[in-house]
Amino acid sequence: MKPFEYAKATAHADATAQAANNATFIAGGTNLLDLMKLEVMAPGKLVDINRLDLSEISQTDDGGLRIGALVTNSDCAADKRIRDDYPVLSRAILAGASGQLRNKATTGGNLCQRTRCYYFYDTAMPCNKREPGSGCQAMEGFNRIHAILGASDACIATYPGDMAVAMTALHAQVEIEDKSGDIRHVPVREFHLLPGDHPEKDNILEPGDLITAVILPPPVEGKQIYQKVRDRASYAFALCSVAAIVKMDGDTIASVALAFGGLAHKPWCDEAVEELLVGQQPSAELFGKAADLLLAEAQGYGSNDFKVPLTRRVLISVLKKATQTGAAS
Amino acid sequence: MNAHRKMDKPDTRNRLDDMSQGLVGTAMDRPDGPLKVSGQATYAHEWEVPDMVHGVLVRATISKGRVTDVASDEILADDAIHAVITDDRLLRRPAQGGANEAPPQGSKQVDYFGQPIALVVADTFEQARHAANNLKIGYETEGNAAFDPEAAATETDKPEDDQLDQGDLDQAMRNAAFTVDQVYRTPGHNSAAMEPHCAIASWEGDKLTLRGSYQMLNFNINELADALHISADNIRMLSPFVGGGFGSKLGLSPEAVAAAIAAKEIGLPVCVTLSRQQVFETTMRRSETHQHVRLSCGEDGVLTGLGHECLVSNLPGEEFYEPVTQATHFLYGGKNRKLGIEVARLNRTCGGSVRAPGEAVGMQVLENAMDELAEAAGIDPVELRKRNIPEQHPEKDIPYSSRRFTEALDEGAKRFGWDKRNAKPGNLREGDWLIGHGMAGAARINILSEAKAKVTLLANGSAVVETDMTDIGTGTYAILTQIACDMLGLPADKVETKLGDTDFPAGPGSGGSWGASSSGSAVFLACEEIRRKLADKLGSDERDLELADGKAGTGEPAQSLAVILDGEEISAIGHIEPGKTLEDWQQATYGSYFAEVAVNAITGETRVKRMLGVFGAGRILNEKTATSQCYGGMIWGIGSALTEELAFDNRDGHIVNHDLAEYHIPVNLDVPQIEVVLLKERDEFASPIQAKGIGELGICGAAAAVTNAIYNATGIRVRDYPATLDKLLEGLPDQQQ
Ligand SMILES: Cc1cc2nc3c(=O)[nH]c(=O)nc-3n(C[C@H](O)[C@H](O)[C@H](O)COP(=O)(O)OP(=O)(O)OC[C@H]3O[C@@H](n4cnc5c(N)ncnc54)[C@H](O)[C@@H]3O)c2cc1C
Ligand code: SF4
Repeated sequence: MKPFEYAKATAHADATAQAANNATFIAGGTNLLDLMKLEVMAPGKLVDINRLDLSEISQTDDGGLRIGALVTNSDCAADKRIRDDYPVLSRAILAGASGQLRNKATTGGNLCQRTRCYYFYDTAMPCNKREPGSGCQAMEGFNRIHAILGASDACIATYPGDMAVAMTALHAQVEIEDKSGDIRHVPVREFHLLPGDHPEKDNILEPGDLITAVILPPPVEGKQIYQKVRDRASYAFALCSVAAIVKMDGDTIASVALAFGGLAHKPWCDEAVEELLVGQQPSAELFGKAADLLLAEAQGYGSNDFKVPLTRRVLISVLKKATQTGAAS
Repeated sequence: MNAHRKMDKPDTRNRLDDMSQGLVGTAMDRPDGPLKVSGQATYAHEWEVPDMVHGVLVRATISKGRVTDVASDEILADDAIHAVITDDRLLRRPAQGGANEAPPQGSKQVDYFGQPIALVVADTFEQARHAANNLKIGYETEGNAAFDPEAAATETDKPEDDQLDQGDLDQAMRNAAFTVDQVYRTPGHNSAAMEPHCAIASWEGDKLTLRGSYQMLNFNINELADALHISADNIRMLSPFVGGGFGSKLGLSPEAVAAAIAAKEIGLPVCVTLSRQQVFETTMRRSETHQHVRLSCGEDGVLTGLGHECLVSNLPGEEFYEPVTQATHFLYGGKNRKLGIEVARLNRTCGGSVRAPGEAVGMQVLENAMDELAEAAGIDPVELRKRNIPEQHPEKDIPYSSRRFTEALDEGAKRFGWDKRNAKPGNLREGDWLIGHGMAGAARINILSEAKAKVTLLANGSAVVETDMTDIGTGTYAILTQIACDMLGLPADKVETKLGDTDFPAGPGSGGSWGASSSGSAVFLACEEIRRKLADKLGSDERDLELADGKAGTGEPAQSLAVILDGEEISAIGHIEPGKTLEDWQQATYGSYFAEVAVNAITGETRVKRMLGVFGAGRILNEKTATSQCYGGMIWGIGSALTEELAFDNRDGHIVNHDLAEYHIPVNLDVPQIEVVLLKERDEFASPIQAKGIGELGICGAAAAVTNAIYNATGIRVRDYPATLDKLLEGLPDQQQ
């Protein structure tokens, strides 16, 4: 761990000003500290934001929820309003990490968690994300957990989280306060970036930007499913996960929102797939087409080739369950 | 006083059965348990040694070559940095278990990626780690490194004394009614013990005290002495508590020598603790294996031929190789046999003993092949095994010592409800889940090791047991206490067992499952000697002596020990040595596993729903700790079957998944309620206490029960471990229906 300065932020402005000046926020620290010990990240200064007033879940004027950036994953998943109205989010969070980690992990930190690419974690390895221009050792190496969608020649890493996948399906917004105190809202769908030529940049945050909350729109009707496929029953990242919110109108699909984890540098969503499904009657053929469309551009890199057929199977199965009328969600 | 016994003859007296204190065999709690659960058991890193500073090992980031330059000056400019050690005595890799001498030394030559090449010492661990991370190293790389065991260019050799070619296997295969001819692969493993390796060295003049986490102090002290070029008389090693070893702490490892050299050089105690990543990179790995199994049998399912030819790997020059066929030699019959091992020489982390070297992977595969043969021959898998249990050793003209294999198979089948299983693969579905049942046999060689222990009956009528034997979580404190209690007629709180100190008589060390029976026998022999002395005092024959609850007498225990001792204390050193019974009888432990799994028909994820193990391992010394050992083995079996794999990058041989986030051992949710049944058994050939080893038996074949169950659930044979979902996807039922 490189020696660093440490300061506690007392107010938002204080936090953003320091961050604009090269400091890094620390929230739960469950991701950042691990990376600092290995010197994958070596910030010169940490700003501890845990004292800021961002630990509340409150109702918004339009009937949605505002989840403060410091609400822990445990508290968020256990919140009655979230369990009742946004079960896909509760389930996604509970499918992640371990009880101990979730007690510490925060909503803002979880959104910003970095990839688990093995080569990113090992400072002896070339990695464009850690050291732009050094190369990507995963591309021709062991890449079981890597991306099949939206990767670039520079980086094939995935965003590893679960929470943001559910938030993507829910059309949530990230509330961000910048160094001048201005607040903007960015859809979670647009928050994470594809690697392109700049894999060092995970998301749209600029220096000084503080995530203050995630805003959930008013509850939507329909069945909500989160299915996470992983190498062991718990405490493993998603090889593939699907968040689905599907509303039926009689025997046709009235609306559908889908998001995928473990496949790309961001929670993946594909509006064309959603459009294909809306207004149709569920059938094996339809679901097969949806999977074909989703995976048309999918590419494996060797050890992760299996993710293509896996995602296909999981999507079809989730759609079947989500469109079954009658049964409870 | 010395009581020596060489195990040349069976001990049919079963003396422990006659002792009225009656603690041996019971599920007595560990005496060290309260310390452990309240954080008061001091593990290696936790010693508070005054003025101690910290060292962190520097890893090589090439796979083969030489270190040409270490830019020490750059980091030594910082006052917090005490030294950069690049001594010729640093260990390049750990010693093999029982080496008793230093492994290859020197910090210039690099044999594998991640090898320690220097030690940075600083005031704090964090400072040392940062400096070690940033120390610039110059290398000269050699291009001819080998990383892939199966690559044509990789050099291999065959250990001469582990090749068997008996009869004509090819012909047996041709003439057989049913055959199996398959290749299986198992991946490398790391022990990844909960407690990372650590050593704290402090010198007083020429005397070195090393507090560390090691399994076999009796050997480790000589390895350390040899590495440092000093006499073992000048060393004291202390390992009273060891947070798991599984083989990774059998031999001395690099942190010990580095700490000792640094402490001497800078004149302060030095603590060197490995990070989790270093544990993966620098401690012993279990070799990956490539196993070609051939089985042939007649219509009756009786084996006519058995082939088990294996490719494993290790660093060039290492004598140890994964003894994959160890149990294959004696478990099943078949006249025509071809068993062999070939070792690929790779520039990968050193291969060594990891829990049940040989059988852990060998039985796992042999028991898959037996399942395939049962299927081919249309014979129930339990029945097939029973038909192939030989009368005599199939390769040597020797009998077996006690062997409860048939009973384990029958008892397991009965308890599990094996007869109710659906025998047709892929035929049982509950919602998204395919349900299957599988079984496998268990076998592990039994070893008795030379051991000494001192027992002192104090004048106040309580006793102390002392040996440098270790307790690596296995329960040594409990079982030695129980044996001394029964032999001396004392309640548990009147015996104190002291372990893990080289000032005590040399025990056998914890390894190869021999620890309990060997050190237990030494304690038993010492106690017998004390009993003789007591009998003398009472003017009676030792055999008529009755001891219980701190009293002694003939016929019935009447007088208190304190009164009989009259201010004296009696001590004796028990000394056991293996002898002819180990050569003239095939000694082993046996068992059976039964598992029920559910395989997700969509995703291929496998969950073990229930698992049973039935074991016969001689006298059980403590039912609770023995059962725990079996749990641990079976859980590792679940991991071996489903998730565990050291992933190597074949471009440079480095371990890719070197932490516990990506090296997947089973978590709680992966482990169902496991049932363990211990059969009553006394093996009079094994030891004077009729006990055999049990620490490793629980893993030897466990994974096969799980993968055999996967086959039963899905009709898919995964012959390339672990059975991760990607290997099942293709064979799963079509979704469209
Ligand atoms: C072994 C392991 C397994 C895990 N498994 C899973 C899993 O299966 N699924 C899953 O989703 N997650 C998993 N996690 C990840 C875990 O969820 C994250 O570590 C956690 O959510 C991060 O939150 P934190 O508050 O601790 O973030 P920190 O570590 O404090 O911060 C992470 C990053 O976010 C930035 N940051 C934090 N708060 C803000 C803010 N308000 N505004 C701007 N930037 C901010 C920090 O600067 C830092 O760069 C796992 C973690 C571990 C260690
Ligand atoms: S995939 Fe991305 S994170 Fe991984 S090594 Fe390549 S560039 Fe680095």
